[in-house]
Amino acid sequence: MRIEAAFNSGDRLPLIPFITAGDPSLEVTLDMIRLLDEEKVTAIELGVPYSDPLADGPVIQSASERAVSQGVTLTRVLELARTAREMGVTTPLVLFSYYNPILRFGEEALVERARSSGLDGMIIPDLPWEEGRRFSRLAGEQGMDLIPLVAPTSRERIRRIVSDARGFVYCVSSLGTTGMRQHFSEGVEPFLDVVREYSPVPTAVGFGISRSEHVRHFLNHADGVVVGSALVRLIEAKGDRLRDSNRKEQAVAEIREFIRDLTGNTPSIP
Amino acid sequence: MTVKTIKSRSADSLGRFGKFGGRFVPETLMTALAELETGYRSALADAKFREELKTLLMEYSGRPTPLTLAQRLTELTGGARIYLKREDLNHTGAHKINNTLGQGLLARRMGKRKLIAETGAGQHGVASATVAALLGMECKVFMGEEDVRRQQLNVFRMELLGAEVIPVTSGSRTLKDATNEAIRHWVSHVEDTFYLIGSVVGPHPYPEMVRNFQRVIGDETRSQVLEKEGRLPDEVVACVGGGSNAIGMFTAFLEDHSVRLHGVEAAGEGISTDRHAATLTKGSPGVIHGSLTYLLQDEHGQILPAHSISAGLDYPGVGPEHADLKEKGRVRYTTAEDGEALEAVRLLSRTEGILPALESAHAVAEAIKLAKKGDPDSIVVICLSGRGDKDVDSIRQGLEGL
Repeated sequence: MRIEAAFNSGDRLPLIPFITAGDPSLEVTLDMIRLLDEEKVTAIELGVPYSDPLADGPVIQSASERAVSQGVTLTRVLELARTAREMGVTTPLVLFSYYNPILRFGEEALVERARSSGLDGMIIPDLPWEEGRRFSRLAGEQGMDLIPLVAPTSRERIRRIVSDARGFVYCVSSLGTTGMRQHFSEGVEPFLDVVREYSPVPTAVGFGISRSEHVRHFLNHADGVVVGSALVRLIEAKGDRLRDSNRKEQAVAEIREFIRDLTGNTPSIP
Repeated sequence: MTVKTIKSRSADSLGRFGKFGGRFVPETLMTALAELETGYRSALADAKFREELKTLLMEYSGRPTPLTLAQRLTELTGGARIYLKREDLNHTGAHKINNTLGQGLLARRMGKRKLIAETGAGQHGVASATVAALLGMECKVFMGEEDVRRQQLNVFRMELLGAEVIPVTSGSRTLKDATNEAIRHWVSHVEDTFYLIGSVVGPHPYPEMVRNFQRVIGDETRSQVLEKEGRLPDEVVACVGGGSNAIGMFTAFLEDHSVRLHGVEAAGEGISTDRHAATLTKGSPGVIHGSLTYLLQDEHGQILPAHSISAGLDYPGVGPEHADLKEKGRVRYTTAEDGEALEAVRLLSRTEGILPALESAHAVAEAIKLAKKGDPDSIVVICLSGRGDKDVDSIRQGLEGL
């Protein structure tokens, strides 16, 4: 599969950035996808904005609210992915969506549309293993990976959750919602090591990771890191400039710098 | 006629009633939900736990609540005899205390000393704060900023009881968003915090557990009506927001097929407008707050804000067991508008000297319609889920606008 291949390619950054599609606009999101593709990240998480994102902290929640208020829907995010592919983006694209928009779209229709739009996988934060088995099978039939999440509280659930994982396993670094953190809980490293030991596919760790020190540290215990809120907040801060064709170039360069800085001095995946 | 107690329906292994229910929550909460289910089942099997709860319900809350014949309302309506199940006479003023006492004792049994709760009208928040005080626990109550404004008296009551009220400023700033925020807090503090959900909503086992803590309403009603009338009622009416008072009432009668059950949702400014909270009547199946149920949503699956003059009914979801009972046709779900609820408040106040909560007034409005169609030998029971003291400002403003 494309996601696992990206982890194993050896020439990609061990970084999986998350961006909220449509914040500040779908055009800017497309620019961001192209930038991240050029930087050769392992995969891009494309967040579908949702009215009630209960796994998300304030930064992504606000980005989601702004995008929803502009009428960004699951359908338009799928179209965005298709456009990105038509423009030559080759990085694996992972749809990050809450379950209700998917249910409303129709699960079977969604996996078909997602596949034909060039998506490689999906993360559904409110669809735990027990509830997601049918959908995981449907996705698999279309060659798509439903990325499972495991949390420090998963304990004996870990083996079951990762046993049939495809793509990668998303390890939640700490209790709580998404958002930047200064400190991570004790015990996170052994948890990550356990997941890595049992997982048949690469592991990535997310929630709270915003700096290159974090990235460096966590890459000792996982195959990739997810950076979400820090990037979403940077895009928010530069939103006006990113939408202004005269001032865009400098803003894009600064975001590129942030991405490079995150993984600077970090070894690529062996 | 014998008094029988029907066995409650259990959710299946995935926590479903029919196709509704389940656990649609972040993975971080899954182990806590499994522990809660184990803790709950073990408590139910423990005679000491059941006895302690029963004692608190009797000696602290004042159960059993009476079943009152509404004599003057019956005469005025000119049809069926109308009875009121007086949950308004519970300590703290509503049925909510039945559930919070149950969950509070369970939390203590599970070794948790921190309670969190969400609240709309404030009744569940007050009941949670009360139980926290009674059991010596910490309590945080999440409440939408809009509801904090509408229900200032209840905010003060909660604070007086020692709870911390946390105003929620996201989204529509009402119960839906307070619930999101409570879940977010729970995800962050799941290891030492008990989430005391206020209705038959949320992930499994909450809908079944809260239903079982509320079924005392229907069990009492059933035996009281048999004692007074020697037979079962013809119609049983309850309001439905999340639906805990309704399911608590209905459960006792589900197997009595001669008893027609009516759940009344808030039609707000009318179900032809977008200002209502008629989830079962106008909504469609989807996932909200960890459960597959009916909800108000747009064509893209975004959850829509609900509206009702009653902050307690202002919720875009509903308990999954109600969704199942609707699809199975066992309960008829209907609606009452804001104006009808206000008229019902006035009518019940003037005929019976009972000021009902705005929530309960929705049931009163529907029951009057049903009673008018009934003959004098027929019986209508209304679940009067709470008293209206908390709502006097909304009622005054609403009646001025009529």
